[in-house]
Amino acid sequence: MTGLEVGAVVAERTVHLTRQSLVRYAGASGDFNPIHFRDDVATRVGLPGVLAHGMLTMGLAVETLVPWLGDTGRILEYGVRFTRLVVVHAEDGADVSVVAKVGAVDADAARIDLTVTHADTTVLGKAQVRVRVDG
Amino acid sequence: MNPELVGRVFPPTDPYLVGREKVREFARAVFATDPQHTDPAAAQALGYADVVAPPTFAMVIQDLTLQQLLAEPESGIVLERTVHAEQRFRYTRPIVAGDELTGRLQVTGVRPFGKGAMVTSEAEVTDADGGHVVTATSVLLIGGEE
Repeated sequence: MTGLEVGAVVAERTVHLTRQSLVRYAGASGDFNPIHFRDDVATRVGLPGVLAHGMLTMGLAVETLVPWLGDTGRILEYGVRFTRLVVVHAEDGADVSVVAKVGAVDADAARIDLTVTHADTTVLGKAQVRVRVDG
Repeated sequence: MNPELVGRVFPPTDPYLVGREKVREFARAVFATDPQHTDPAAAQALGYADVVAPPTFAMVIQDLTLQQLLAEPESGIVLERTVHAEQRFRYTRPIVAGDELTGRLQVTGVRPFGKGAMVTSEAEVTDADGGHVVTATSVLLIGGEE
């Protein structure tokens, strides 16, 4: 874990989601809400299309940070607001980009701010990870 | 949505045994690339007994508790009209393969929102020794009936 200066980008990546990613996440997580794999249900409840699970976006966002952290056990707290939908097109999928930046540092913890975007729009609000920085 | 659910504490879920292959499956699903999630030797080098689950794996246990809420005949919640608004995890330690975890759900808030309601709930996840592992807090936006 290096580069703990406020404003420093410590990790970033772009993940390409497809409908298969959503089915895989549904199976792995147990979240079988049909709005994540059925166009007809998504349309019926007034959505613009099949959506990525918010928890998939949240999960892949924090994983961007783990190789830099070195140890998942450094994560003390992680919270997000789901502010915008990630619509996953049947053919084109959807790209989700994550930038992890140091937001604040104190004696034993740091706040890492995640900026998570899809189609040039921020999709997670106040996506913050508090991490332990001692030994 | 039934406002009388506020303060309700549900019975603990049946113990969930975290399997190594389940952790690997979940890691792949969230595009986790670090070997601590898939390689026992890498996890052991960090001091863990077995592979370490990605941070949001706690949702699998939280989801078992939310199923209890959805199953309440009086809750008025329809899954496909439910939107996840906020999520937070507070960790004492990461989840590791071999853990036997139990979740206990408490509904901490219900407030009207449009035709529906915002429901806040907390799932406290503990291990076989009763030790705290993680508390998962979620805010769900429950749509009203059409």
